[in-house]
Amino acid sequence: MTAATRSLSNNLSTFLYQRPRFVLILLLLPPLLWLGIIYLGSLFTLLAQSFFSIDDFTAQVVYQPTLDTYARLFTATNLSIIFRTVMMAAVVTIISGIIAFPLAYYVARFASGRMKAFFYIAVMLPLWSNYLVRVYSWKLILAKEGAIHWAVNALGLGPVLDWILTLPVVEGSSLSTSYIGTTLTFVYIWLPFMVLPVQAALERVPRSLIEASSDLGAKPNETFRKVIFPLAIPGIAAGSIFTFSLTLGDYIIPQLIGSSRPFIGQAVYQFQGTAGDIPMAAAFAMVPIVIMAVYLTLAKRLGAFDAL
Amino acid sequence: MGRISNDPPQFYINVTDLIMNSTTAAVSFNQVSRHFGAVKAVDAVSFDIKDGEFFAMLGPSGSGKTTCLRLIAGFEQPTEGHVLVHGADMNGVPPYDRDVNTVFQDYALFPHMSVLDNVAYGLMIRKVPAAERRRQAEEMLDMVALGGFGGRKPSQLSGGQRQRVALARALVNHPKVLLLDEPLGALDLKLREQMQVELKAIQRRVGITFVYVTHDQGEALSMSDRVAVFNQGKIEQLASPTELYENPATSFVAGFVGISNLLEGAAAKAVTGTEGACSIRPEKIHLDSAGSSVPANAMGVAGRVSAILYLGANTRYDVALPGGGELTVAVQNRDAHIEPKEGEDVQLWWEARHLMRFAR
Amino acid sequence: MPSKTTTAPDRSKGNAGWGLKAAAWFGVLYLNLPILFIVLYGFTTDEASYSFPPPGLTTEWFAVTWSRQDFWDALALSVQVAFAAMAIAMVLGTLAAAAMYRFKFFGKEAVTLLILLPIALPGIVTGISLRSAFAIGDIPFSYITIVLGHATFCIVVVYNNAIARLRRSSPALIEASMDLGADTFQTFRHVILPNLATALLAGGMLAFALSFDEIIVTTFTAGQQETLPIWMFRQLARPHQRPVTNVAAIIVMIITFAPILAAYYLTRDTDDVAGSGK
Repeated sequence: MTAATRSLSNNLSTFLYQRPRFVLILLLLPPLLWLGIIYLGSLFTLLAQSFFSIDDFTAQVVYQPTLDTYARLFTATNLSIIFRTVMMAAVVTIISGIIAFPLAYYVARFASGRMKAFFYIAVMLPLWSNYLVRVYSWKLILAKEGAIHWAVNALGLGPVLDWILTLPVVEGSSLSTSYIGTTLTFVYIWLPFMVLPVQAALERVPRSLIEASSDLGAKPNETFRKVIFPLAIPGIAAGSIFTFSLTLGDYIIPQLIGSSRPFIGQAVYQFQGTAGDIPMAAAFAMVPIVIMAVYLTLAKRLGAFDAL
Repeated sequence: MGRISNDPPQFYINVTDLIMNSTTAAVSFNQVSRHFGAVKAVDAVSFDIKDGEFFAMLGPSGSGKTTCLRLIAGFEQPTEGHVLVHGADMNGVPPYDRDVNTVFQDYALFPHMSVLDNVAYGLMIRKVPAAERRRQAEEMLDMVALGGFGGRKPSQLSGGQRQRVALARALVNHPKVLLLDEPLGALDLKLREQMQVELKAIQRRVGITFVYVTHDQGEALSMSDRVAVFNQGKIEQLASPTELYENPATSFVAGFVGISNLLEGAAAKAVTGTEGACSIRPEKIHLDSAGSSVPANAMGVAGRVSAILYLGANTRYDVALPGGGELTVAVQNRDAHIEPKEGEDVQLWWEARHLMRFAR
Repeated sequence: MPSKTTTAPDRSKGNAGWGLKAAAWFGVLYLNLPILFIVLYGFTTDEASYSFPPPGLTTEWFAVTWSRQDFWDALALSVQVAFAAMAIAMVLGTLAAAAMYRFKFFGKEAVTLLILLPIALPGIVTGISLRSAFAIGDIPFSYITIVLGHATFCIVVVYNNAIARLRRSSPALIEASMDLGADTFQTFRHVILPNLATALLAGGMLAFALSFDEIIVTTFTAGQQETLPIWMFRQLARPHQRPVTNVAAIIVMIITFAPILAAYYLTRDTDDVAGSGK
């Protein structure tokens, strides 16, 4: 191509070809500016706020660096909120794992063709459909006059359920005001996040590996325990990051379903909203971040990041 | 898979090109280096590729041969030095302004386009009218024996067919230099051998300079006019296939091209009297029963057969030498007059001129 | 994630035991049955409680919802926000994917983390961060503040789809195009865009669905504005005309299912799970 026939776009293109760094900057700058200013900027604002305190009389934020807010964070009430939330996150993660694994295993190993597409959509659709609608559906199901109570009573098991609801920790006047209801809803909402990475990890186990194991004399359940399950652990760890983190930060579910005892998310929400104590809300918001940092370090050791 | 058609490719002949090309090299490397961080992929390399020649760049992976190809294509820029194509300095010239086309290792056919659109892509970019580029693309598909395949998608073709499409897509632009990056690597043995013959025939017919990158010494020897052997970013030797095989310049070349039979140190001294590395091609060595005499003017050594490999046309004997080291002997099964067993003692000899000595 | 074999019958697979099958079906039913209750309760005649089975069935709530201006306002705002967030996320996500695919540079890992962070950290952290930043910057809450928040966590969805497709296509395609004489822009138009189009479309649709559904971040960035999820949330607190919430929920589901299913079919043959990074 001669210089005379070159178009403007060709010239510009050559200009860019000779300056790859410039192209990189051109591409990366807009998303980096957006995320850097709007997102990171906000995060640092929040972090900074947690090192200020609030004046008890004027209810105004005092812009002087202090650790007072963090000192106030570790009261018995707040610690019990943190403990309650972490326990819930752990329970939700374990139950999600137990329900998700057979589903993922079945889809990865046995379903094929249309069946596989069906299962895939049956997991993806809830994942992407409206969060609030899905929480609300459990409010309908778990209500005192709702479907589960009705079904249990129809089976004549009403007294058993009532007795369960009087147990310590569980206690509530109906399923929708007890921890059982909260847990069921959390598991329901976050389950797809567990199914997908576990299924992905299982799909990656080569068929030849399973054949090799049985060729070497392992019975099917031995192959499962010694070969398949260990290879699925990174997937489970990856899924648990989601279920754990999402439960930790949620404030809608415990507000709509469960007892009135608050979780971290609700505490943060109330501190910034009703109480107007932004520094305290900021400090409280650091709690799930720190817990997740610890959790991610552990999950990384289990190979979770390779399975994401 | 059909043969490539024998229609005369009139459209390739261009008188001005012929005159110009007789004076300048098709490609010149002038002290070219390409570094990736601390890695010197290509290290101060200089060489010329003559116009119209079939030039192979041979070497193990990571030797710098592919980087050299990418430097010619313009996918890489030299860290130092200059690459010239037909006398013009290519530094800073993007791939789309170079009169050079490439056949990629994985073919890189555009998956969203038909075979015909793939072949016509370069013409489309150069704004050749639709009817004309269709005609040329179909003509080129005919030449690579894929007439009638234009409507298919690349995914509907076999590996060998894709390879031909990639070739047609590059050739339709009449480049001054055609670069081929291990184009036969993904094909099976039979197809590979067939394509070697066809590629050579096409190159003769179109008269374009072919620069062919491969790690397969057989491919390089069978097709090329000249071969550059790469090792660790440098050229070990640049010579014709015969010269490369018969007179390797270094022990690396002797080892990489053909079976080496390299003897070093004490093992070399026991045979030749000096410690310098030396080598003898397996087919140059005669195998006799133990104790037989060595002809005058020949060099000999006694040894014991340690392994036998029957290969059909010939048989390979690995013979352990008393002074250490081992020599491989290839015996044509037509003129095998003895058939020693494993563990038997034998006498080896060869003409002195076949012994190759290396400085390094 | 499910590979190209998804639609091909695979005879090498054996049969699962009934226990495993039952457990798998339990999981699927657990994930999908509750939604049916939303639909059922949209037709109940009981407007003050959640009694099951419904005392009677009626379609009057659809008419009631139709006549509620506050519902229409919320729906309109949600659609506007989702389109704006989608547009911004598509531009920024594609640029980021192109840069991350084409170049190696110092700090690349940090950039990946930065793109992922808005969905990796709990929504409440993102929400309260933005709120406190808006407060300090004296930025009044508006349509724009909602979009700022939504676009931030939508970028990763588009980015994931785009980069997955780029990684799957041969890097030599771009080189082949330039080798054949196409400059950067021609290569983008003739090779990159056609290969990327369905992945971008899928990413955009998922971004739309994500934004349309979002409530946690929105609560903090919306001020007095009501997106549809916020409208529904406030509606839940009012015992009056409860089934209207269900009707709204049904409409929301229909609006989000379409792009999700479309995204699935757009990326099915070529990519792994389009939204695996949510």
